[in-house]
Amino acid sequence: MKPRRRKNVASYVALIPAFIIVVFAYLGTMLWTVQISFTDSKLLPSMNFIGIRQYERLFATSRWIISLENMVIFGIGLILVCLVLGFLMAAALDQKIRFENTFRTIFLYPYAMSFIVTGLAWQWILNPTLGVQQYVRNLGWTNFQFDWIVQNDRAIYVVIIAGVWQASGLVMALMLSGLRGIDQELWKAAQIDGIPAWRVYLNIVVPMMRPTIITSVVLLSLAVVRVYDLVIALTGGGPGISSEVPAKFILDYLFGRSNIGLATAASSVLLVIVLVIITPWLYYEYFRPERAKGGK
Amino acid sequence: MLQATSRATAANAVEPSGPRPRSVTAGRVGLYVFLAFAALFFLLPMYVMIVTSLKTMGEIRIGNIFSLPTEATIEPWIQAWNSACTGLNCGGIKVGFWNSVRILIPSVILSIFIGALTGYALSLWRVRGANLLFAVLLLGAFLPYQVFIYPLVRIYSTIGIYGTMTGIVVTHIIFGLPLMTLLFRNYYASLPIELFKAARVDGGGFFQIFFRLMLPMSTPIVIVACILQVTGIWNDFLFGVIFAGRENLPMTVQLNNIVNSTQGEKLYNVNMAATILTALVPLVVYFISGRWFVRGIAAGAVKG
Repeated sequence: MKPRRRKNVASYVALIPAFIIVVFAYLGTMLWTVQISFTDSKLLPSMNFIGIRQYERLFATSRWIISLENMVIFGIGLILVCLVLGFLMAAALDQKIRFENTFRTIFLYPYAMSFIVTGLAWQWILNPTLGVQQYVRNLGWTNFQFDWIVQNDRAIYVVIIAGVWQASGLVMALMLSGLRGIDQELWKAAQIDGIPAWRVYLNIVVPMMRPTIITSVVLLSLAVVRVYDLVIALTGGGPGISSEVPAKFILDYLFGRSNIGLATAASSVLLVIVLVIITPWLYYEYFRPERAKGGK
Repeated sequence: MLQATSRATAANAVEPSGPRPRSVTAGRVGLYVFLAFAALFFLLPMYVMIVTSLKTMGEIRIGNIFSLPTEATIEPWIQAWNSACTGLNCGGIKVGFWNSVRILIPSVILSIFIGALTGYALSLWRVRGANLLFAVLLLGAFLPYQVFIYPLVRIYSTIGIYGTMTGIVVTHIIFGLPLMTLLFRNYYASLPIELFKAARVDGGGFFQIFFRLMLPMSTPIVIVACILQVTGIWNDFLFGVIFAGRENLPMTVQLNNIVNSTQGEKLYNVNMAATILTALVPLVVYFISGRWFVRGIAAGAVKG
């Protein structure tokens, strides 16, 4: 058979849009951003290089430190709760229950909506004067307090609640397809040996699901680094600056405060964080040698 | 917490019914209790949004957020659609809705077309540097958008598309490309290669095979791509607020401006009606597409 995959001029022509996007929109802009971060640019980019001074200033800015701390709190909270809740929901749905489709549809629908919608919905529910707090007080518990959304040290946990509401359905869906891939023989064998179901889950199923768990963690981590709309809609970064996040910090300094040197330094820090998270995973997922793929 | 609740309830529900062992029954009950609580957690916000949007402001001020409206009114919905204000503009959320539609249609079509073409070239043709191109593309899907935004704004202003419809559509194409390419590359790679070989033997060229053979066979993956792009682009906030310009602000941006504007009394019922309206398009896509949606996120959850 002669005509195997052949080189063809047209195939290069077809890749021109992708090539332009990769070279200019991704690589070019990325390098440009990093370059600006080493200059004293304010409103407009300048070519006056000042070394790592912007980075020193950045890490001396309390707002940036608070943003990073919030990202870590939000990240740990979101990932842990989503994994546990998502796994429990998937495991529950995997028990040959009735209305499985209905439950799955209910668990996943928030994921279809915008973070703005999620943020605004929760902002209203947690409204301190008219929301849940007032409702419970009206029921008779007049001292009931649940006003985290206006508490400096609690606002970020409200963001976690809303984030879990939106994202745990995704983890459930991923976990469920992972569970469905497990050999039914495992359950029969466990039953014969008289091993309780929860031990099978804990000691056998969870370790077997490692790839699914890793995928979920990576996806959630990326959402954590990117979190922006949710905070804008839910708390606006407030009260004060107590629920600021890095993505919002960067946009505020780019457009609101016109300090692009500092903003691009912050972007570059985020870039490094993400590269550290994803490079090993990307390699593992897409570029692993074929032979290694067989031995899951 | 939910788990603890379900356990506790399961322990209480010890009514041995029928010949089955007690523990199994309790476990089943616990299972359903857990699922019911989880369902409640997911449904409650939507329920609150809907009942709030049907109440009068007088009733909302009483503070019974979970109660059904005593006198349901659709006035807030009409107001949200027709006359809700952002600052001095009182055209309602419909302005944003139509802007989103205008952004959505070209963005979805073009991003899927370019993604299909790129995926086709990368999967079935031998192209030098294909792996490198694909790797960088994937990287673009994962990196935080903040890294790209400022230089893009500068490039856009230089070529005169900053703050225009073209600008926002181009942005959606740029950042939709990795996922679309991934989808189509994997799909074409999974088709039987004999089809492609036969077309080559018959003397089909690159574009001929693409338009006559590959595209017509791509319906399933095009549906998945449509689901992902329609919901993704409709739900976008970041790009809309930066690149679309004041005349073309998408619905999410306008919604946030309406609800989080500080002027005047907050009309919670109107706000909630506007919020539901904004969520409607992706929700309809979700409920119609059903299993396809799950398939899509399994393939394209990378979007995050």
